Amino acid sequence: MKPHLTLHIRRLSVNYRGRHVLSDLSLPELYAGELVVLAGPNGAGKSTCLKALAGLANASGDVQFAGQDCLAWTARERAQQIGFMPQILPEDTLLTVLEATLAALRGDGPISRDEDELRALRVLDRLDIGELAMVPLAHLSGGQRQLAALAQTIVRGSPLILLDEPVSALDLGHQWQVMNVARRLAEEGRIVIVVLHDLTLAAQWADRIAVVHQSRIHSFGTPAEVITVAALNEVWGVAARVGYCELGRPSVYVDGPARIRSSSSDLKLENCQ
Amino acid sequence: MQSDLQLNTDRPVDDSSLSARWLEHRRFDRKRRMLVAALALIAVCAGLLDVFTGPAALNPLQILQGLFDPDALTRPMQVVLWQVRLPVALLALFVGAALALAGAEMQTILHNPLAEPFTLGVSSSAALGAALAIVWDWDVVGVDPTWLVPANAFIFALGSLLLLHLLTHWRGANAQTLVLFGIAIGFAAGAFLSLLQFVASEDALQQLVFWNMGSLARADWPSVATLAGVMAVTLPFSWRAASQLTSLRLGEERARSFGIDVISLRRWALVRASLLAATAVAFVGTVGFIGLVGPHVARMLVGDSHRYLLPASVLVGSALMALASVVSKVLINGVLLPIGIVTALVGLPVFMGLILRRRGGRA
Repeated sequence: MKPHLTLHIRRLSVNYRGRHVLSDLSLPELYAGELVVLAGPNGAGKSTCLKALAGLANASGDVQFAGQDCLAWTARERAQQIGFMPQILPEDTLLTVLEATLAALRGDGPISRDEDELRALRVLDRLDIGELAMVPLAHLSGGQRQLAALAQTIVRGSPLILLDEPVSALDLGHQWQVMNVARRLAEEGRIVIVVLHDLTLAAQWADRIAVVHQSRIHSFGTPAEVITVAALNEVWGVAARVGYCELGRPSVYVDGPARIRSSSSDLKLENCQ
Repeated sequence: MQSDLQLNTDRPVDDSSLSARWLEHRRFDRKRRMLVAALALIAVCAGLLDVFTGPAALNPLQILQGLFDPDALTRPMQVVLWQVRLPVALLALFVGAALALAGAEMQTILHNPLAEPFTLGVSSSAALGAALAIVWDWDVVGVDPTWLVPANAFIFALGSLLLLHLLTHWRGANAQTLVLFGIAIGFAAGAFLSLLQFVASEDALQQLVFWNMGSLARADWPSVATLAGVMAVTLPFSWRAASQLTSLRLGEERARSFGIDVISLRRWALVRASLLAATAVAFVGTVGFIGLVGPHVARMLVGDSHRYLLPASVLVGSALMALASVVSKVLINGVLLPIGIVTALVGLPVFMGLILRRRGGRA
C-alpha cells in the first residue's frame, strides 16, 4: 500500500484542431485504493480525459501523480506508471493473446524472459482467459477481446489504471468479473479510473463518480450524491427514476413505452423509496 | 514501481495448466523458427532452380561445377552462367525480398493490409522517372547512360514517398490519409506516364513498355550489389524495430501507451520501405503483388509477431520472385516473358484465394 499515492487533476484542457474538447477540467484529489468512474453522454469528453491522462492527447494543465507532474513525463516514464485500455481494439491482429500480453509487458523494453511469460500467463488466468493464451486475437469474440485487452493493460502492474469502456461488449457475468478485477486492482493500492456508460453498474462499483458534460465536470462525488433524477434529466436528457439499494447505492430506471403509456399523461419523476 | 504492486490472484493458479500453456507457447515459437528455416531452404532451392532454368544447354551438374570452378565450363557457358543466370537469379531473390519486406512494414505502420510499394504509388512513380529518362534520352555528364534510367526511376520513387511524407505531415500523420495520398500519387504518375507514351517515339515506346512490365533481363552484378547493399543497411534497422512493430499491431493508442514513439517508428519504417522499394523498382521496373502476397503468406504461416513475420516475408518474397522468374523462362518456349506479367498473373489468383480463405476461416 502506498497511502501517499494521489492524483490531482487541475485545469486539464485539450485542444484538437483549435476546438476545446476538454476545457479546464479539475477534480478533487483522488487517492490510492479508489475506483473512480467517469460518466457522461457521448462526446462529453470522458475518453479525451483518459487519453489526456495517458499522454495520448495534446493536453495542458496541471496533473500531479504521486507528487510528480504527470504531463511532463517522457513517454517511457508514463508507460511505467500508467496502464491504459483504449476503447477501440484492433480486430485483425494475428498475435496470440499471450503474445499480445507479452508485448504489453515489454513495451519498448527488452525481450522475452521466462518470468515475463509466467507473469503474463498468470494475468490471463486471473481474468479467466488462460485457455485462450494461444488463440490469435482475430479469432476472439468481442468480449474475449476486451478481456485480452484488459490483460494487456494490467500486466505491468502500473499504479494508475485507465479503462475506457472496458465492459461495452461484455455480458453480465463478464461485466461483473471485469469490475471485480478493477475493484481489486484499486484495493491493492492503485488508482483506477473507468469510463462507463451503464450508470447502475457505475453506482454499484465506484467509490466516486465524476459526471462529464459538455467538456466540463458537471458534478463529482459518491454515487448517491451524483446520480440524481435532476442530473439524469439535465445531463442525459432523460426522464428517469432512481432507486436505492439497502447500502444506499442508486440504480437508474428509464421507463420504456409500456410504463409511459400506463402512467397517464405526463411521466412522473419519483424516487423508488 | 512495477514490482511494488503485485498482481494478486483471486484464487490459486493451477500450476500444471500454467506450465502446460507455457510449454505450448514455447513449442509455437520453436515451430515458427522451423518454418522460417524451411522458408529459407525453399528460397535457396527456388533460386537454384532459377539458375538451372534457361534456353542455353547447361545441365544442373555442369552449373554446380561451374559455380565452384568457372574454368570447368566452356567460355560461352561461363558467360551464360556468370553474366546471365546468376545475376538474374540473385536479383530476383533480392527484389522479392526487398518488395516483400517493404510491403510487410508498410502494412503494419499504415494499419492497412493492402499497403505495399505498388499500391502506394512508388512503382508508378519509378516507372514515370524511367520513362522520362528514356523518352528524353538525357545525357548527364559523368553518369553512365545505362544507369541513367534506373537512377531516375530511383529519384522519382523516392520523390513520391517524400511527397507522401510532406502531404501527411502537412495534414497530420494519419495512416488512412497516407494510403489515400499514395493512391492519388500513383494515379497521377500513371496519367503522366500515359501522356509520355502518347508523345514518345516508336523506339522509346518499346523500351518504355518493356520497362513498365517489369523485367529481370537487364540484371547485372552492379545492380545486384547495389540492392544487396541497400538491404544490408536497412535490414538491421527493421530487425531492431520488430518488437515495436509487433506492439503497433495492437493499435496505435496501445503502442503509444507502451511508450513507443509511433510517429518516429512510422517515419523510419517508411524511409526503409522507400529505399528498398525504390531500389528494387529502379532495376526491374514495375513488379506488382510480391509486396502484397509475400507478407500475407508469411502472416498466415507465422502470425503477426514481427520477429518471425519480417524474416518470413523476406523469404516468401524471395522464393515467389525466383519461382516467377523460372515461370517467365519456361512458360513460352524460348521466350523470356516480362516478370511483372508473371507476378501479376500468378499473384492475383493467389491473392484472391488468400482473401476468400481468410473470410471463410473467420466466419
